[in-house]
Amino acid sequence: MVKRILKRLLFVCITIFIVITFNFFLFRLMPGDIETRLQKSTASQEVKDRIIEESGVNKPWYEQYASYLKSMFSGDLGTAYNSYDGHQRVADIIWSRIPNTVILLVCAEILAILLGMFIGVVCAYKRGRPLDTGLLSASLALYSMPTFWFAMVLIFIFCSGLGWFPASGVKTAGTAYHGMKLVADYLKHMTLPMLCMGLVMVGSYAITMRSTMIDILTEDYITTARAKGFSTRYILFKHAAPNAMLPMSTIIALNLSVVFGGAIQLETLFSWPGLGMLMYKALNARDYPVLQGCFLISTVAIILANFLMDILYGFIDPRVKD
Amino acid sequence: MENAKRNSRALRRTLRRRKFGMFVKQVVGNRMALAGVIIIAFFILMAVFGPMIMPFDPTINGETVESKYNSPSWEHLLGTDSLGRDVLANLMSGARVSLFVGISATLITMILGTLIGIVSGYVGGFVDNLLMRVTDFFLVLPWLPFCMVLAALFDKNSIWNIILVIGLTGWSSTARIIRSQTLSVKEQQYVERTISIGAGKWHIMFRHILPNVFPLVFSEAILIISGSILTETSLAFLGLGDPSRPSWGMMLSDASSGAMSVGAWWCYIIPGACVVLVALGFTLMGYAFDEILNPKLKTR
Repeated sequence: MVKRILKRLLFVCITIFIVITFNFFLFRLMPGDIETRLQKSTASQEVKDRIIEESGVNKPWYEQYASYLKSMFSGDLGTAYNSYDGHQRVADIIWSRIPNTVILLVCAEILAILLGMFIGVVCAYKRGRPLDTGLLSASLALYSMPTFWFAMVLIFIFCSGLGWFPASGVKTAGTAYHGMKLVADYLKHMTLPMLCMGLVMVGSYAITMRSTMIDILTEDYITTARAKGFSTRYILFKHAAPNAMLPMSTIIALNLSVVFGGAIQLETLFSWPGLGMLMYKALNARDYPVLQGCFLISTVAIILANFLMDILYGFIDPRVKD
Repeated sequence: MENAKRNSRALRRTLRRRKFGMFVKQVVGNRMALAGVIIIAFFILMAVFGPMIMPFDPTINGETVESKYNSPSWEHLLGTDSLGRDVLANLMSGARVSLFVGISATLITMILGTLIGIVSGYVGGFVDNLLMRVTDFFLVLPWLPFCMVLAALFDKNSIWNIILVIGLTGWSSTARIIRSQTLSVKEQQYVERTISIGAGKWHIMFRHILPNVFPLVFSEAILIISGSILTETSLAFLGLGDPSRPSWGMMLSDASSGAMSVGAWWCYIIPGACVVLVALGFTLMGYAFDEILNPKLKTR
C-alpha cells in the first residue's frame, strides 16, 4: 500500500513538473510581448527600460526558465496586467477566488453523485420499462447540453418567469448582512448555479451507475439475499449499490476536468466570482499572467484530485493492490 | 494476370457492397441509430439548402428600434435578434458553421488519435512508452482551460484557429482506444503471415491494421463530432468565436449578453435546442454504430 502511494506520488510530481514546464513554453509563444505593450503607455523611457529589465525578457531563455521555476516553487505566480478586486499579484487574485469555486463545485458534485446514483439504481431495477427509458433519455439529453445554455433556460424559467432566485452575483447588491443572514443570502445566490451544474453532471453518473448495477444484479449474492427474504429496497441500496462504488469513483475522477469546464461557463453566466469567471476575464483581456496562473492551478488541482481518488480506491476496494 | 487482378478487384467491390448493405439494414433495424440518422439528416439538409431558400440575408442588419427583438410572427417565424436579424436565417447559416467546425475538428482529432494509436500499439517498446506518456499528459489537462489557453495563442479568432484548437485538444482518449484495438489486431495470424512475406512496418500498419480498426475509428469519430460541436459552442460563449461566421454558439453568446435581459427567449431557446438535438443525434448514432460495427460488443 505504502509502496503504491509512493509510486503514484512520484508520478504526480513528475507530471506537475512537466505541466509547469509546458506552461512556461506555451506562454512564451503568446502574441504581444512586453515591449509592444509598453509602447502605448505614457511612462518615460527610463521607467520602461527598468520594467523590461525587471521582467527579464532580454535574458536568454534558460535563465528565464530558471528564474521562472524558482518563483513557481516559492509560490509566486507573477504580476497581473490589470488588478482584480484590488489585488495585483496573481497568487493573491487566485487565492481570493478559490473558495467560491470550491464551495460551488463541491455542493454540485455531491448533488450530482447522490441523484445520479439514485437514478442509476432505479433504472437498473426497472430495466427496459418506460421509467428506465424515460430517465435514461433525460440523462442522455442533459449530457449533450451545453452547460451555459441549460443555465440560460433555468434563468428564463426561475428568475425571469417565477422570480424565485437571483440571476447573478454572490450577494444582493446594497445589503450589508452579517452572520446567518449573509450565509442565507449566499446560499440563495448559489442555488441556481449549483442546481444547473449538478443536473448537467447527473447524466454521466446515472448512465455509469445503471450499467454497473445491471451487472451486479445478476450476481449470485443478490439471489441469495432475495432468497433470505430481504426487501427489494434493502437489497438494492445495502447489497448492490456499495459494490458499484468503484466504477463510480473512476467516473467521478475522470469527470473533474469536465466539471471545471462547466464551472467556467456557469461562473461567467451567473457572474459568480470564482476561478472560472477570472479565467474568462483574463482570456478576453489577454491578461497572460492571470491566464497562465489559472491554467496551472486548475491543472495541478485536477492532478492532485486524481491522485487522492487513486489512493481512496485502495480503501474502497481492498482488492486493488499494485 | 491482368484478368485475375480485375476479377479480384470486382470480387472485393462486391463483398464491400454486400457488407455495406448489411450495415444499412442493421442501422434501419436499430431504433436508436435510425433516430440519430434522421435528426442529423434533417440538420444537414437544413445547413445545405436552408440559406438558399431563406428570403433574409443573415448578415444584413437594419438596426432600427422597430426591427430589434421582434417576437415570432408570420414575417419572421422565429423573431429577430438584437441587431434586427432574422433568427431563422441565422439559425440556418449557423448550422453550416457549427457542423463544419464540428466535422473538421473531428477530422484532425481522428487523424492524430488514429496515427498515434496505431504507431504506439504496433511498434511498441520505447516509442509506445513515449507516446503513451505524452497521451497521458494530454489526458490530465483540463479540457476547457486548455482550449482557452491554446486559443489565446492567436491574435484573432478565425474559424480555422478554432477548428485547430478543438482538434488538438481531443485526440488523447481516441489514441488510447485505437492503441488497445491495434494490440489485439496485431496478434492475429494474417499479420504474422504478412510479416513473413516480407512486408514493411508502414505497409502493415496502413494496409492491414488500419482497415481492421477502421470500424472503431468510424463510430468513435461520430461520437467525437458531438463533443466537438459542444466545445465550439462553449468556446463561442466564452468569446472565442469567429465574428464573421456566426455559429449557433455565437448566437447563444450574443443572446446571453442582450436578449436574456429583455426576455427575448426566441433568440436563445431554439438555437440551444438545435445544439442539443445535433449533439444527441450524433451520440445516438455513435453508440448504435459502435454496437453494430464493434466486433467485441456484437458477440455479447
